[in-house]
Amino acid sequence: MLKSRIIPCLDVNEGRVVKGVKFQNLRDAGDPVELSFHYQDQGADELVLLDVTATRQERIAMLETIERVRQKLSIPLTVGGGIGSIEDAGRLLNAGADKVSINSAAVRNPDLIEAMSARFGAQCTVVAIDAKKQGEIFQVLTRSGTTAEAIDAVAWAARAEALGAGEILLTSFDRDGTRSGYDLPMLSAVTDACSLPVIASGGADSVAHMVEAFEHGAHAVLAASIFHDANMTVGEVKRKLAAAGVHVRTD
Amino acid sequence: MIQIINTGVANIRSLQAAFDRLDLTWNLTVSAEEITTATHVVLPGVGAFAAAAESIDQLGLRKAIIDRINHRESATLCICLGMQLLCESSEESQSAKGLGIIPKAITRFGEGVKIPQLGWNEVRPVDNGPYLAGEAYFANSYRLETAPDGWGAAETDYGGTFISSIWRGRTLACQFHPELSGTWGESVLTQWIEGITC
Repeated sequence: MLKSRIIPCLDVNEGRVVKGVKFQNLRDAGDPVELSFHYQDQGADELVLLDVTATRQERIAMLETIERVRQKLSIPLTVGGGIGSIEDAGRLLNAGADKVSINSAAVRNPDLIEAMSARFGAQCTVVAIDAKKQGEIFQVLTRSGTTAEAIDAVAWAARAEALGAGEILLTSFDRDGTRSGYDLPMLSAVTDACSLPVIASGGADSVAHMVEAFEHGAHAVLAASIFHDANMTVGEVKRKLAAAGVHVRTD
Repeated sequence: MIQIINTGVANIRSLQAAFDRLDLTWNLTVSAEEITTATHVVLPGVGAFAAAAESIDQLGLRKAIIDRINHRESATLCICLGMQLLCESSEESQSAKGLGIIPKAITRFGEGVKIPQLGWNEVRPVDNGPYLAGEAYFANSYRLETAPDGWGAAETDYGGTFISSIWRGRTLACQFHPELSGTWGESVLTQWIEGITC
């Protein structure tokens, strides 16, 4: 049977891994190549590298970071952040990404999902959705959480699937970096509305939070703080998940 | 020297990096002659069945690949879509013509599972073959349902059983990505390189 995946996430700014709270107040958390290898060694099932830099020059440096990480990594690598076109996606794949995650650009131009899926395949087209609770709905946010869109995350996930996405990376803005657990109602709403694999992101602080996410339909969980601050290794997390009855990869 | 067939539609950086880590030299090829004479050839595959099949024909490589795989002493590795291309056809693109080495059709996963299958799953050899059981990374929406006659095979469960790898002579074809399957994946690549004959 398919295993539940544990995915450490590295936010990369100017060639360094950083971590913030609610997408703000970035602090240094290490070298991306070193950390990637370290997490792979601990048993990470996959890695996500998010480019949180803004300038064009920094983006070119990001390609170099991806190349260096790829040479070391024998597990899948997803890269996201600032991808605006199919050419951008192609450059990241050539640098060594296995999957490309698009966010703001997909909201602005949903045809990009279709174009990427046709060119590179659904398995390589990840749609990242950042959202927060707004009244009765989960409102989509773009531009690193700074722009609220008039779009419901649940409907958007279903549309992304119809357009050819292969996976959804669902981040709760309300929970990001707060260590208060994943947004379970949002996770359930999205996994009910969409038949793609969904990666839950934002808020993990314990194995119990991850178990909850898997119980609410997540296929994978993303976590950053919990691993960067070394309060738990990926291996420890997986052993505890296995003990709680979650099927994880063990070798 | 490992010749990697460059169909132009596959993302092969991960594969190149995996060979680099094993200190093996590789080259990208679109030459029928190199495909015929190389000690090791890889038919990689990410992308669509029709696009890859068309690319093989446009490059004039169909016969060289078929002959190589039918000549069982040549080490050939077919990955993901590369394995599917060995068959006659795929539900993904009805009109496209596969290599037809295996008289079977590739089908889409059925109801009740998330498509694509993305993630790690268990690979179990059906008989005691040379390739060991392990956990491998998959990224596929289509699969081979039953093992072809005359080939060894491994199975995996995803909404029922499907064939996750097959081998015959020195050809290994796997639906999973050995280059993304950690240390176990590396051991599969090493076994293929070192010339296990099935």
